[in-house]
Amino acid sequence: MEFVRAFITGGIICVLAQLLIDYTRLTPARIVVLFVSLGVLLTALGVYPKIVDFGGAGATVPISGFGYSLARGVQQAVKEKGFTGVFTGGITAASGGISAAIVIGYIFALLGKSKEK
Amino acid sequence: MDKNEYKKYAKKTAAKSPVLKDCVIAFLVGGGICCIGQAFSSLYSYVGLGDDTVTTFVPITMIFLGGLFTVLGLYEKLAKYAGAGTIIPITGFANSIVSPAIEYKTEGLILGVGAKMFVIAGPVIVYGTLASVIYGLIYYFFGGAV
Repeated sequence: MEFVRAFITGGIICVLAQLLIDYTRLTPARIVVLFVSLGVLLTALGVYPKIVDFGGAGATVPISGFGYSLARGVQQAVKEKGFTGVFTGGITAASGGISAAIVIGYIFALLGKSKEK
Repeated sequence: MDKNEYKKYAKKTAAKSPVLKDCVIAFLVGGGICCIGQAFSSLYSYVGLGDDTVTTFVPITMIFLGGLFTVLGLYEKLAKYAGAGTIIPITGFANSIVSPAIEYKTEGLILGVGAKMFVIAGPVIVYGTLASVIYGLIYYFFGGAV
Protein backbone atom coordinates (compact mmCIF):
# COMPACT_ATOMS: atom_id res chain seq x y z
CA MET A 1 0.00 0.00 0.00
CA GLU A 2 2.83 2.39 0.79
CA PHE A 3 4.11 1.80 -2.74
CA VAL A 4 0.79 2.83 -4.24
CA ARG A 5 0.78 5.98 -2.11
CA ALA A 6 4.40 6.76 -3.06
CA PHE A 7 3.60 6.20 -6.73
CA ILE A 8 0.54 8.45 -6.70
CA THR A 9 2.16 11.21 -4.64
CA GLY A 10 5.37 11.29 -6.67
CA GLY A 11 3.41 11.04 -9.89
CA ILE A 12 1.16 13.98 -9.02
CA ILE A 13 4.11 16.19 -8.04
CA CYS A 14 5.76 15.42 -11.39
CA VAL A 15 2.54 16.14 -13.28
CA LEU A 16 2.30 19.57 -11.62
CA ALA A 17 5.81 20.31 -12.89
CA GLN A 18 4.96 18.92 -16.33
CA LEU A 19 1.96 21.26 -16.55
CA LEU A 20 4.25 24.18 -15.76
CA ILE A 21 6.63 23.05 -18.51
CA ASP A 22 3.84 22.69 -21.06
CA TYR A 23 1.76 25.75 -20.23
CA THR A 24 4.38 28.29 -19.16
CA ARG A 25 7.74 28.94 -20.69
CA LEU A 26 9.58 28.23 -17.48
CA THR A 27 12.83 26.37 -18.04
CA PRO A 28 13.43 23.13 -16.14
CA ALA A 29 16.07 24.91 -14.01
CA ARG A 30 13.51 27.49 -12.87
CA ILE A 31 10.94 24.81 -12.15
CA VAL A 32 13.42 22.85 -10.04
CA VAL A 33 14.31 26.00 -8.07
CA LEU A 34 10.60 26.79 -7.71
CA PHE A 35 9.87 23.30 -6.36
CA VAL A 36 12.68 23.46 -3.79
CA SER A 37 11.39 26.83 -2.57
CA LEU A 38 7.82 25.52 -2.51
CA GLY A 39 9.05 22.55 -0.48
CA VAL A 40 10.43 24.97 2.13
CA LEU A 41 7.28 27.13 2.09
CA LEU A 42 4.85 24.22 2.34
CA THR A 43 6.86 22.70 5.17
CA ALA A 44 6.80 26.05 6.97
CA LEU A 45 3.01 26.06 6.57
CA GLY A 46 2.82 22.52 7.92
CA VAL A 47 1.40 21.11 4.68
CA TYR A 48 4.36 19.19 3.30
CA PRO A 49 4.95 17.07 6.42
CA LYS A 50 1.40 15.75 5.94
CA ILE A 51 2.18 14.92 2.31
CA VAL A 52 5.30 13.07 3.48
CA ASP A 53 3.27 11.16 6.09
CA PHE A 54 0.95 10.05 3.32
CA GLY A 55 3.28 9.55 0.39
CA GLY A 56 6.63 8.60 1.96
CA ALA A 57 9.29 8.48 -0.74
CA GLY A 58 6.69 9.87 -3.15
CA ALA A 59 7.14 13.18 -1.35
CA THR A 60 10.79 12.98 -0.28
CA VAL A 61 12.33 11.78 -3.57
CA PRO A 62 11.03 14.73 -5.65
CA ILE A 63 13.19 17.83 -5.36
CA SER A 64 10.51 19.53 -3.23
CA GLY A 65 11.54 16.96 -0.60
CA PHE A 66 14.94 18.65 -0.55
CA GLY A 67 13.16 21.84 0.51
CA TYR A 68 11.26 19.83 3.09
CA SER A 69 14.44 18.52 4.70
CA LEU A 70 16.00 22.03 4.66
CA ALA A 71 12.96 23.51 6.40
CA ARG A 72 12.62 20.70 8.91
CA GLY A 73 16.33 20.97 9.69
CA VAL A 74 15.94 24.68 10.41
CA GLN A 75 12.95 24.05 12.65
CA GLN A 76 14.79 21.50 14.73
CA ALA A 77 18.00 23.50 14.91
CA VAL A 78 16.22 26.67 16.04
CA LYS A 79 14.49 24.67 18.76
CA GLU A 80 17.77 23.17 19.94
CA LYS A 81 20.31 25.94 19.38
CA GLY A 82 18.28 29.12 19.11
CA PHE A 83 19.51 31.81 16.75
CA THR A 84 22.54 29.84 15.51
CA GLY A 85 20.12 27.26 14.19
CA VAL A 86 18.71 29.78 11.72
CA PHE A 87 21.98 29.52 9.80
CA THR A 88 23.09 25.97 10.53
CA GLY A 89 19.84 24.00 10.41
CA GLY A 90 19.06 23.88 6.70
CA ILE A 91 22.41 22.92 5.26
CA THR A 92 23.15 20.56 8.16
CA ALA A 93 20.01 18.58 7.41
CA ALA A 94 20.80 18.57 3.69
CA SER A 95 24.53 17.95 4.09
CA GLY A 96 24.35 14.22 3.40
CA GLY A 97 22.61 14.77 0.11
CA ILE A 98 24.82 17.67 -0.93
CA SER A 99 28.10 15.89 -0.10
CA ALA A 100 26.93 12.71 -1.79
CA ALA A 101 25.84 14.65 -4.87
CA ILE A 102 29.25 16.33 -5.09
CA VAL A 103 31.32 13.18 -4.49
CA ILE A 104 29.21 10.87 -6.63
CA GLY A 105 28.83 13.54 -9.31
CA TYR A 106 32.56 14.14 -9.41
CA ILE A 107 33.45 10.46 -9.69
CA PHE A 108 30.91 9.84 -12.43
CA ALA A 109 32.10 12.96 -14.25
CA LEU A 110 35.61 11.53 -14.30
CA LEU A 111 34.32 8.17 -15.52
CA GLY A 112 32.10 9.63 -18.22
CA LYS A 113 33.32 10.35 -21.70
CA SER A 114 32.50 13.74 -23.12
CA LYS A 115 31.06 13.61 -26.59
CA GLU A 116 33.20 14.96 -29.39
CA LYS A 117 32.01 18.39 -30.40
CA MET B 1 5.57 24.23 -48.97
CA ASP B 2 4.59 27.92 -49.02
CA LYS B 3 4.04 30.06 -45.98
CA ASN B 4 0.33 29.39 -45.64
CA GLU B 5 0.73 25.71 -46.06
CA TYR B 6 3.38 25.71 -43.42
CA LYS B 7 1.12 27.66 -41.06
CA LYS B 8 -1.61 25.10 -41.57
CA TYR B 9 0.83 22.31 -41.01
CA ALA B 10 2.20 23.88 -37.85
CA LYS B 11 -1.30 24.46 -36.52
CA LYS B 12 -2.28 20.88 -37.18
CA THR B 13 0.74 19.53 -35.40
CA ALA B 14 0.33 21.89 -32.47
CA ALA B 15 -3.35 21.01 -32.22
CA LYS B 16 -2.47 17.46 -31.29
CA SER B 17 -1.47 18.93 -28.00
CA PRO B 18 0.80 16.45 -26.32
CA VAL B 19 0.02 17.83 -22.85
CA LEU B 20 -2.08 14.88 -21.76
CA LYS B 21 0.47 12.39 -23.06
CA ASP B 22 3.28 14.37 -21.41
CA CYS B 23 1.45 14.31 -18.10
CA VAL B 24 0.69 10.60 -18.23
CA ILE B 25 4.33 9.77 -18.94
CA ALA B 26 5.56 12.22 -16.28
CA PHE B 27 3.15 10.61 -13.80
CA LEU B 28 4.25 7.06 -14.57
CA VAL B 29 7.98 7.74 -14.67
CA GLY B 30 8.01 10.14 -11.71
CA GLY B 31 5.81 7.81 -9.69
CA GLY B 32 7.98 4.87 -10.70
CA ILE B 33 11.19 6.58 -9.59
CA CYS B 34 9.57 7.42 -6.25
CA CYS B 35 8.58 3.77 -5.87
CA ILE B 36 12.23 2.78 -6.32
CA GLY B 37 13.02 5.23 -3.52
CA GLN B 38 10.27 3.69 -1.42
CA ALA B 39 11.70 0.25 -2.08
CA PHE B 40 15.13 1.31 -0.79
CA SER B 41 13.48 2.98 2.18
CA SER B 42 11.67 -0.26 3.05
CA LEU B 43 14.80 -2.31 2.44
CA TYR B 44 16.96 -0.12 4.68
CA SER B 45 14.35 -0.19 7.45
CA TYR B 46 14.00 -3.94 7.02
CA VAL B 47 17.73 -4.57 7.53
CA GLY B 48 17.46 -2.60 10.75
CA LEU B 49 18.82 0.85 9.93
CA GLY B 50 17.46 3.68 12.08
CA ASP B 51 15.06 6.30 10.73
CA ASP B 52 17.75 8.99 10.51
CA THR B 53 20.07 6.72 8.57
CA VAL B 54 17.28 5.71 6.21
CA THR B 55 16.29 9.33 5.49
CA THR B 56 19.93 10.13 4.73
CA PHE B 57 20.75 7.11 2.62
CA VAL B 58 17.66 6.89 0.43
CA PRO B 59 18.46 10.22 -1.29
CA ILE B 60 22.14 9.21 -1.51
CA THR B 61 21.14 5.94 -3.18
CA MET B 62 18.88 7.76 -5.61
CA ILE B 63 21.64 10.28 -6.40
CA PHE B 64 23.98 7.39 -7.08
CA LEU B 65 21.49 5.74 -9.42
CA GLY B 66 20.79 9.05 -11.19
CA GLY B 67 24.51 9.56 -11.71
CA LEU B 68 25.04 6.01 -12.89
CA PHE B 69 22.22 6.16 -15.44
CA THR B 70 23.56 9.49 -16.67
CA VAL B 71 27.03 8.08 -17.25
CA LEU B 72 25.53 5.12 -19.07
CA GLY B 73 23.64 7.57 -21.29
CA LEU B 74 20.29 6.09 -20.26
CA TYR B 75 18.95 9.01 -18.24
CA GLU B 76 18.94 11.36 -21.25
CA LYS B 77 17.06 8.79 -23.29
CA LEU B 78 14.41 8.46 -20.60
CA ALA B 79 14.28 12.24 -20.10
CA LYS B 80 13.42 12.77 -23.76
CA TYR B 81 10.04 11.18 -23.15
CA ALA B 82 9.48 11.65 -19.44
CA GLY B 83 10.07 15.41 -19.05
CA ALA B 84 9.24 16.43 -15.51
CA GLY B 85 9.06 12.76 -14.52
CA THR B 86 12.84 12.66 -14.77
CA ILE B 87 13.58 16.30 -13.87
CA ILE B 88 11.74 16.55 -10.54
CA PRO B 89 12.95 13.41 -8.71
CA ILE B 90 16.32 13.75 -7.01
CA THR B 91 17.78 11.47 -9.69
CA GLY B 92 17.27 14.44 -12.02
CA PHE B 93 19.27 16.58 -9.60
CA ALA B 94 22.11 14.07 -9.92
CA ASN B 95 21.70 14.13 -13.69
CA SER B 96 21.93 17.93 -13.69
CA ILE B 97 25.28 17.63 -11.88
CA VAL B 98 26.88 14.78 -13.81
CA SER B 99 25.73 15.69 -17.30
CA PRO B 100 27.32 19.19 -17.59
CA ALA B 101 30.35 18.01 -15.61
CA ILE B 102 31.03 15.39 -18.27
CA GLU B 103 30.26 17.75 -21.11
CA TYR B 104 32.68 20.40 -19.89
CA LYS B 105 35.41 18.02 -18.77
CA THR B 106 37.54 19.20 -21.67
CA GLU B 107 37.74 22.62 -19.98
CA GLY B 108 39.64 21.09 -17.09
CA LEU B 109 38.97 19.78 -13.62
CA ILE B 110 38.60 23.18 -11.96
CA LEU B 111 36.59 25.42 -14.27
CA GLY B 112 35.25 22.52 -16.29
CA VAL B 113 34.08 19.78 -13.92
CA GLY B 114 34.31 21.75 -10.66
CA ALA B 115 32.34 24.75 -11.85
CA LYS B 116 29.87 23.23 -14.31
CA MET B 117 28.66 20.62 -11.81
CA PHE B 118 26.73 23.47 -10.23
CA VAL B 119 25.03 24.95 -13.28
CA ILE B 120 21.66 23.74 -11.94
CA ALA B 121 22.61 22.33 -8.54
CA GLY B 122 24.03 25.76 -7.60
CA PRO B 123 20.75 27.66 -7.99
CA VAL B 124 18.93 24.84 -6.19
CA ILE B 125 21.26 25.09 -3.20
CA VAL B 126 21.28 28.92 -3.27
CA TYR B 127 17.50 29.32 -3.28
CA GLY B 128 16.95 26.38 -0.96
CA THR B 129 19.37 27.87 1.57
CA LEU B 130 17.89 31.37 1.19
CA ALA B 131 14.39 30.02 1.76
CA SER B 132 15.49 27.96 4.75
CA VAL B 133 17.26 30.91 6.45
CA ILE B 134 14.28 33.20 5.85
CA TYR B 135 12.03 30.52 7.32
CA GLY B 136 14.50 30.09 10.21
CA LEU B 137 14.31 33.81 11.01
CA ILE B 138 10.52 33.76 10.93
CA TYR B 139 10.44 30.63 13.04
CA TYR B 140 12.91 32.11 15.53
CA PHE B 141 11.14 35.43 15.99
CA PHE B 142 7.51 34.39 15.57
CA GLY B 143 7.48 30.60 15.88
CA GLY B 144 7.41 30.54 19.65
CA ALA B 145 10.80 28.82 19.76
CA VAL B 146 13.21 29.30 22.70
